[in-house]
Amino acid sequence: MSSSTLVVSDLVVRYGAVPAVHGISFEVAPGEIVGLIGPNGAGKSSTLNAITGLVGPFSGSVRLGERDLTGRAPEVVARSGIALVPEGRRIFGELTVDENLRLGLAGRRTQRGVAEDLERVLELFPVVAESRARSAGVLSGGQQQQLAIARALVAAPEVLLLDEPSLGLSPAITDTVFDALATIRDSGLAVLLVEQRAQRTVAIADRTLVLANGELRLTLTPDDAGDTERMIHAYLS
Amino acid sequence: MTVLATALSDFLHAAVEPQVQVDAIGIGAIYALMAVGIGLVFGVLRLVNFAYGQLVMAGAFALAYASDQDWPVWLGIVLCFVVVITLTLAMERVVFRPLRGKPAATMLVATFAVAFLLQAVALLIDQTDDTLGEPAASLAKLNVPWTILGTDVRKITVVAIVTAAVCLAGLVLILSRTTVGLHMRAAAMDFETARLLGVRADRVIGSAVLLSGILAATVAVMLTVQQPLVTSTFALRETIVVLAGVVLGGMNRLFSATLGGFAIGYASGLLGGALPTAQSQYLPSILFGLVIVILLVRPGGLFTRGPGPVERV
Repeated sequence: MSSSTLVVSDLVVRYGAVPAVHGISFEVAPGEIVGLIGPNGAGKSSTLNAITGLVGPFSGSVRLGERDLTGRAPEVVARSGIALVPEGRRIFGELTVDENLRLGLAGRRTQRGVAEDLERVLELFPVVAESRARSAGVLSGGQQQQLAIARALVAAPEVLLLDEPSLGLSPAITDTVFDALATIRDSGLAVLLVEQRAQRTVAIADRTLVLANGELRLTLTPDDAGDTERMIHAYLS
Repeated sequence: MTVLATALSDFLHAAVEPQVQVDAIGIGAIYALMAVGIGLVFGVLRLVNFAYGQLVMAGAFALAYASDQDWPVWLGIVLCFVVVITLTLAMERVVFRPLRGKPAATMLVATFAVAFLLQAVALLIDQTDDTLGEPAASLAKLNVPWTILGTDVRKITVVAIVTAAVCLAGLVLILSRTTVGLHMRAAAMDFETARLLGVRADRVIGSAVLLSGILAATVAVMLTVQQPLVTSTFALRETIVVLAGVVLGGMNRLFSATLGGFAIGYASGLLGGALPTAQSQYLPSILFGLVIVILLVRPGGLFTRGPGPVERV
């Protein structure tokens, strides 16, 4: 699997006259997890929306390696190697687990190696493998979250974006999801993790960017995970 | 009161006649195909295509032209499909695609404009000679009856039922067994997420529009057999009734919309067949009165579970 670095440069996002993101820049390299944390309204989702093409940036650029993906349509971004695990999972509940996985294949750039990639993904998420014939709507929240990540991975992306993957999950299932993220990183993918659970994110991510009022305020490292005072200061400053 | 009871009794006796039942099923089958065509486009675009009837009308004019030129029936049917599919794809490319993402009212008005434009063009074509309407006589032989077990069944009724069954079975296969079908189903449920996964919007919408065009051409052939005089208002009444049927069935799901189309076609055929000729003018009033009552009781649709949210793509 070839790998490229996701480069976001001077990204500005506005909704009409309302600014949401003010010129932020960061990179996510292959084999690393970059965390993006911040309070509600900090601009995390707007940043993800601009990367995935759901909103066009006012200015700035989004590049994957040499490819300029700025303002491209969501399906073009997905087919360029960026897969999203959306907030709330957004599983197709009326389809089977298998059909959800087949939908993930839409983002692949090549149909070669599908069986091998699928096998690898199902090994990572045994609960998904066991439920392939079931309707996705009857799965528990944790199972659906694993399916959402599996669905993104079968696209064989270079970059995996996750929007609040622990939202609504029990601590035990959150552990499972975060363990899987570490494995995904080790496989060489670039991972951008947007999360509310700041401490968990800082602990697992190679670097964590703190976003507030649409601006990058601070970069934290895993060593900061135990520094509660600095974490609180990062959120409130 | 006695008069009403007698009328109701007469109606019920007439309604259970095999011939009335078969004809009603035949009309229901044609309306179901129209409902699928409308429902497919609504599923991916959240757009009610009011110009659907004019596509059927264009196909009927193509059949009338072929008939006028003494072309073989098969060639006329080919021309009908070519005209309807070309118009359908042109409509998608020139009107739907540029307006995609614009307010729902804008797209709705655009389909009205297309409908009236096509109707006006058809009227101009119709007025090139001194007669009102163009006859499509070459298909008329399908309108003659067969006698099956003492019941007169028009050939077109059998053709309509079989064609509808084949088309619907084919559509189910496409939607359930092919990748583009899976993408269309996903797009109908949540287009934004489907696109985020890499599903191509243009391809999915184009496929849905193409399928709806094929169904419109099929309907054009069947309606032309039953109504060989083609005018600029051809299929207009049927489209309005089917649109009511689609809403009646529940337009959020293709299955419920199709059932709604069939149900209103069946009811229309039943009322048309069972009402005495002198009372046939009451048919639209009774039909749409029933639609209003049903929608008041089940606003989300007759064949859906609850109203459900309608999200525009």
